[in-house]
Formats: sequence, structure tokens, C-alpha cells
Amino acid sequence: MSNSEKLIEIKNLHASVAETEILKGINLSIDEGEVHAIMGPNGSGKSTLANVIAGRPGYKVNSGDIVYRGSSILEVAPEIRARAGIFLAFQYPVELPGVRTWQFLKAAIDAIRKENGQEELKIRDFDKLLEEKRQLVQMDPDLVRRSVNEGFSGGEKKRNEILQLALLDPSLALLDETDSGLDIDALRIVSHGVNIFKGPEKAILIVTHYQRILDYITPDYVHVLVDGEIVRSGDSGLAMELEEKGYDWVKDTAGKEVTP
Amino acid sequence: MQEASLVLNKYEEDFDNLSSISPVWSSNLRNKAMDTFREIGFPLRRKGNEKWKYTNARPIADIEYSSAKFEEIDLDDIKLIAPWHESWINLLFVNGHYQETFPGNLPTNVQISNMASNDLAANLTSNIGGIMDYSDDGFAALNTAFMSDGPIITVPEGENAGIVVNLIFFNQGLSDTVNYPRVLITTEGNSIVSVIENYVGGSSDRTFTNSVSEIYVGENATVNHYRLMDETDDTHDVGYGRVRIDTNGTFNSRSFFRGSGIGRYDLNVSVEGENASCDLQGLYFTNGHQHMDNFINIDHVRPNGQSNLFYKGILAGRSRAVFGGTVLVRKEAQKTDSIQSDKNLILSPHAEVDSKPALFIYADDVKCAHGATAGNIDADTVFYMRSRGIDLEAASRLIIYGFAGEVIDKVEIPELRSYLAESFLTSLPSHKFEF
Repeated sequence: MSNSEKLIEIKNLHASVAETEILKGINLSIDEGEVHAIMGPNGSGKSTLANVIAGRPGYKVNSGDIVYRGSSILEVAPEIRARAGIFLAFQYPVELPGVRTWQFLKAAIDAIRKENGQEELKIRDFDKLLEEKRQLVQMDPDLVRRSVNEGFSGGEKKRNEILQLALLDPSLALLDETDSGLDIDALRIVSHGVNIFKGPEKAILIVTHYQRILDYITPDYVHVLVDGEIVRSGDSGLAMELEEKGYDWVKDTAGKEVTP
Repeated sequence: MQEASLVLNKYEEDFDNLSSISPVWSSNLRNKAMDTFREIGFPLRRKGNEKWKYTNARPIADIEYSSAKFEEIDLDDIKLIAPWHESWINLLFVNGHYQETFPGNLPTNVQISNMASNDLAANLTSNIGGIMDYSDDGFAALNTAFMSDGPIITVPEGENAGIVVNLIFFNQGLSDTVNYPRVLITTEGNSIVSVIENYVGGSSDRTFTNSVSEIYVGENATVNHYRLMDETDDTHDVGYGRVRIDTNGTFNSRSFFRGSGIGRYDLNVSVEGENASCDLQGLYFTNGHQHMDNFINIDHVRPNGQSNLFYKGILAGRSRAVFGGTVLVRKEAQKTDSIQSDKNLILSPHAEVDSKPALFIYADDVKCAHGATAGNIDADTVFYMRSRGIDLEAASRLIIYGFAGEVIDKVEIPELRSYLAESFLTSLPSHKFEF
């Protein structure tokens, strides 16, 4: 990767879901060490953006490009993107009956290691690592032995996402409405996990409807997405302003750039 | 109808041959059962016949099956296709006929004999046919008419060392032959025993296994019953389990079925004693054009009984599975606690399951629940796993193993559990994703 290239560059991205165009020309670059927040009203395309980057089937890119570490990833399978360091924390984490959490995470971490030419992690080392990360997100040790997300509360599911983030240690973390459905204690724990993850080699994209999570994870940049387009970008002050004035304010003043 | 009568002639011929050599004690029972079979024949009428609504017995009825003869088999071959452990009491039957007992290395008072041995005591024979009601069932009548050999297991009062009896019914697979295993397990008060019944087939020729097992669970006794059916695409397999549980008794059943062209297990548990319980779990796996039918009835007769019915199916290819689970709670059976569930994982758009859980409750103070599900591996699940770096093949394996593991993990005999994990799980196909 040359110096001029960012970790990920999204160029004039148009994408649709079930024949409906959701993203209408997104331009966004995120570099290592940066935290970006995408805010926007319901249906603006925030989650779509996160899912398209992760490669979710059913999301069709019509034009534009996503360049990660210097190469286009549009044709790259989601598992290969994951192994290259792209991680999506799901808005609605999926339940996997019968698949134990430790077993699932061991399979994931070994798949990533294998791609990078490393050997599978020894059970003992994996257990140690898992225990360390579990304590970080204060997850009930019992849950790690149970089926993935099965019978978990909403908060436990989100913690499990952050546990996976911590364990898989990606380069780019996409947090899709990770704050939704969390009470204040869980939000604090989840944010703590993300802040520990943060670092000069990590990039984070937080997708959220509310400013609340940004009190705990301070973004370097805030982008407002309305109807599939970024209508405004700024620093963390923009999030405050949005909280005060609501999304209608942005919609009314769309197009006017704010210099941070 | 010409063909049908030819088939029946074949059974008549075999019946005459058997009658000339079979022991006196069984002839009355066998003659009566043959009369019933002559009268009702095979259950070919399916309309309005709940028992056979989803399973077509015609392919079995159409073949001129003749009784399979004994042929000695090498033990090493058996160990490749069935679970085996030195500490168990292992009994080997070939084509329905007794070959050998390997008594295991643990001291025990469990008494084991086989039906064809000449020195059978009268008190043992009197229990045979005591639970299996064949009056409206042609296949059960057929087994009873033709029963000539099988294990007779008696667990005396207080025998609770946890002995494992491993019964291997090896079907050697001579073309167009039928074998009729017959099992009797009687447990007296405060005893514990585990019995594994293995129905295994060794060839790809057309054969038929028609078995009946009768199990008496004594007062405060526990029977852990395992049934493995692992045959080939060309086998027909119609089996019956008939169980009676006395006061405070416990019957645990674990079924692992795969491989038969047409397979059916009709399990009927009578929870007769007060405070008696049964826990029936099963895993079935079908592929190709196979058909698997689990027909289960639980009858709560007395108060404070418990039953748990937990089955899982994995269906691939163009296969079909049937699950009929019926719980009857009689008027007197107050405070009954009953749960039943049947979950299916369907790996192919051409596979199909008919799942019919049913409850008939005549008592007014009971706790009962039932449910059935059928689902495929959905796109969200797969994407979730892929987004963590796991590829399609590994994802499907994790899901399928996880699904089946819920039943296998609960097997309490460690050697059997690892046998099942190796032989059963590794045979499961991976899902062909259509994207």
C-alpha cells in the first residue's frame, strides 16, 4: 500500500437491494487510526453501506468501487474479505443452534490464520485468548460454552459481537447499529471493548442512528447519510448538532459543506 | 392379484418349514399370529389409515422374501460396522440367528440366553408376546409368526452395576431374504441396564429386516435403550419397540437411524406405573431416495408421569422422512408432564418431511407442549459465519454437526458416543448452497 492510499476507499458507490437503489454515489475514505461515524435517519442506507463493504449476498453494486488495501474487493467472497481484516458487527446477530461459541470462534480464528500462512491455534492458547477477551466484554463464562447467541439477550448478543471483534482483531471494524437495544451499562462495556481495540493500525466505521454511542467512542469524522448520499461531513461536533436539531435540519440544509 | 398371492405362498412355505423345527412353547403364539397375518396381510391401505398414511408398504409387500439362513461371520468384519467394547456383553446374530456371546469382563448377574436354545425356562417364554399387540398390524403379526431366535435378557432385582449389553443383528444381505429378530428385555425392581440394538447390513442386495423388541421396565428400574439402524439403500426395515414402565421406572431411548431404502420404527411406550418416566430421543438422516418413518406413541396411564420426546432429522437428496409423535394422557394420569419436539434440517429442495406431533389429553391437570420445525440453512446464518472468515464448506459442516451433535452429545456411554460421532457425523453430507 503506497502512502497516498487509504486503508479503504469507497468511490462513487451505487448499490441496490432487491432492485431498489439504496446507495446513490457514496464517496468515503477511511485510513488506519481513524474512527468514522455514519449517521442518518432510518432507511437512509447506513446499514446497507456496512453490509456492502462486508460483502453480504443480495446487495448488488451497480457502479463505483470499493478499494481495500489498494485492490478492488467487489468480486471478493465475504470470507476472504473477513480474512483480509474486514469485520462486521451485526445489527441483528444470528443464532447458531448446536454450534458452540468457542467452536465457532476457533473455526474463525483458524480460517484467518490459515489464510495468513499461520498454523491453527493450539487449544490451550486459544482458551487463554478467549478467556482474556471474554473478561474484556464481561460476558458470562457460561455463554461461551453455549450455542452461539441462542437464548442470549439483546445485550449479550452485542457483547458477543465485540468479543469476536476483540478476538479476531481485524483492521477495519464495521459496527452496524451496535448501540441499538443496549442499556447504559451494556453500552459502556461495548464501547470499552471498541476503545481497547482502537489503535494506530485500526480503522473503525460506526453506523448509528443516535449520537449516544459517540459519547463513549469519539469519532474523528462524522458523516450524515440521507437517502443514499452523504449530505454532510464534519467532526464530532456535527453529531452534537444533529442530536440537538434533528435530521430534518440536515435534510433542509443538504449540500452545504461544513468545514470542521 | 396373481403376484400378491405368489408372495403370500412364499411366506406360507417358509412358515411350514419353520413349524417343523420350532419349539413347542412358541407354536401356539406363532400359529395365531400367522392366522392374523393371513387375515389382514400387509398394511397397504393408506387412506384413512393414520399409521401408514405417509409410508408406502407396497414395495415390501411386492417382493417374494424368503427366510434368511444362518451363516457364520467373522468378528473382525462386525467390528468395522458396529460399536463394540470389551467391557460390554456383546451378542452376535447373523440373519436373525444366534452366533455367539462375548460375555465382557465385568462381573454381573444379568442373565442372557437366546430364544432358539433348548433349555429355555417357562417363566422366560411367558413374557414373549406379552406387550406386542399384532392384532391390527401385519408386520408385527409377521414377526411373531416367524420369530425363532433372538436375545432374552433378564436383569434381576437390584442389579445396578450399569452393565451394557450390545446386540448386533447383522444382515448378511443375501438377495430377497428376510430376517426376524425378536428381543425380550425384562428388568426387575431397582435394577439398571443399558442395551444397544444394532441393525446393520453388509451388502447392497435387496433384504428385509422385520424386528420386534419387548421391554419391561420394573419398579424403580432404569433401562437405557439404544437403537442403531445402519443399513443400505436396498434394505427394507420395519421394526417395533414395545415398552411397559412400572411405578417409578425410567425408560430412556436413543435412536440413530440412517441408510434404509424404506425404514420404519414403531415405538410404543406405556407409562403404566405412577411416577414413571420416559425420555425418547432420536436422530435420523436420510439421503438419496431413502424413506424413514418414526411412528411413536406414548401412553400415560397413571398420575405423575413424565415424558420427553426429542427428535431431529437431517434430510438430503430426494429423501423423505415421517415423524408421527402422539402422546395420550388418560383421565387418571393427572399431573403428567410431557414435552415433544421434532426438528428437521433440510439440505435439499427435493427432500421432504411430514412431521405430525399430536396430543390427546383426557386429564385436566397436566403440563404438555409440542412442536415441530423444518428448516434449511438460511442465508443470514451462512453470511454470519462467512463474515468471520469461515468458508461455505466449513460453515455447513459446523451447522450440520452442531444440529446432530445435540442428540449424540447426550449419549451417556462414552465408547458409543465416540462411535456415533465418528461413524454418523462423518457420513453426513455438506450442504450444496445455491448461490
